[in-house]
Amino acid sequence: MSSMSGRRRSALVVGVAVVVGAFGFLLYGNIDSNVVFFLTPQELLARGPAAYDVPVRLGGLVQPGSVKWDPASLELRFAVMDTTGPAVAVQSSGAPPQMFRDGMGVVLEGRYRRDGVFQATELMVKHSNEYRKPEHGERPQEMYRSLMKGAGT
Amino acid sequence: MSHAVPLESDSAAATGGPGGRGLEWFGVAAILMLVGAQALGLLTSPADRDMGHLQKIMYVHVPAAWNAFIAFFVVAVSSLLYLWKGQERHDLLAASAAEVGTVFTALTLALGSIWGRPTWGVWWTWDPRLTSTAVLLLIFVGYLSLRAFIEDADRRAQWSAAVGLLGALNVPIVYMSVRWWRTLHQIQSTPSTVDPEYVVGLRANAIAVLLVLVYFTMKRYRAARAERLAEQLEEQAALEGRGA
Repeated sequence: MSSMSGRRRSALVVGVAVVVGAFGFLLYGNIDSNVVFFLTPQELLARGPAAYDVPVRLGGLVQPGSVKWDPASLELRFAVMDTTGPAVAVQSSGAPPQMFRDGMGVVLEGRYRRDGVFQATELMVKHSNEYRKPEHGERPQEMYRSLMKGAGT
Repeated sequence: MSHAVPLESDSAAATGGPGGRGLEWFGVAAILMLVGAQALGLLTSPADRDMGHLQKIMYVHVPAAWNAFIAFFVVAVSSLLYLWKGQERHDLLAASAAEVGTVFTALTLALGSIWGRPTWGVWWTWDPRLTSTAVLLLIFVGYLSLRAFIEDADRRAQWSAAVGLLGALNVPIVYMSVRWWRTLHQIQSTPSTVDPEYVVGLRANAIAVLLVLVYFTMKRYRAARAERLAEQLEEQAALEGRGA
């Protein structure tokens, strides 16, 4: 029962080789540059005209002070950037997720328009790996409420 | 029934782990500990600065994920042992751990999705962490269906061992995905990124879920041995019927 035929054994060896090879490719194959979940603002801008009007994900930090929310039209405008460097203006509609605020990481789905504004159809907020209790006097979600003030939500 | 069937597995069913009653008591203790750990986590930790009480999902999502990894590690070791020694019990243990690991992986995805909707703004996105976890789940759903489809026990065990190993190799990929690639999912938290108020509840729940994992796996392992025994009896009966 335990003895494997030579053929089965060689099949096993091939199988193991394939798996190890695939694993090595994942580790060292640098597929990072080919398949990425999102582009950063700098990478998007570096593409030049090729970046216009194609569906793409854009990920970066919300530029502090750039958030403008219009409760009447539900229009949200802000800019995203790498940790430094040029920012890309973003236009989105609908209430942002609860965690959305200045300096937060976001991933957007949409298209980069020819007028230099990224039209987002989906706005996702990237949460950090930090879990912190509120500091003294700080109320959780306060920023969200102040951002959403007057929006009726 | 006075069949003189050579049943080495007859007594083995009782010797697989803690004795009959012992396992049930262990299960009761595991469930009680889980209830206690949940209460500890829910009652002692303050609302998170950013996400408020949404943070509480951490106490089920993270233990489910960690313990799914542990279950698949057991699958890998048992599968290797089976391929090496060809003993049936290793195959049955792999199958049991795989079943529990599959349930825990599905739980991880479901709970993560519930957390993701209010936090990220979406239930699901095809980022590398989520995608690789979905692949892990699908491989083990495939593993379980494969077992159901192969009638010959030896062949079933050999194929399962190969698929089980392949599937378990996905675990390090899932774990490292948040470091190797850009993801929406955050990278691993450490005690330095998590305030101590949350760490205690998380650890208690991780241990409690581990005990539940052990209980489920042992319980399933016993059932697997009993199933195997029934299979053998059937085969024997069929052979005798043909011989007569």
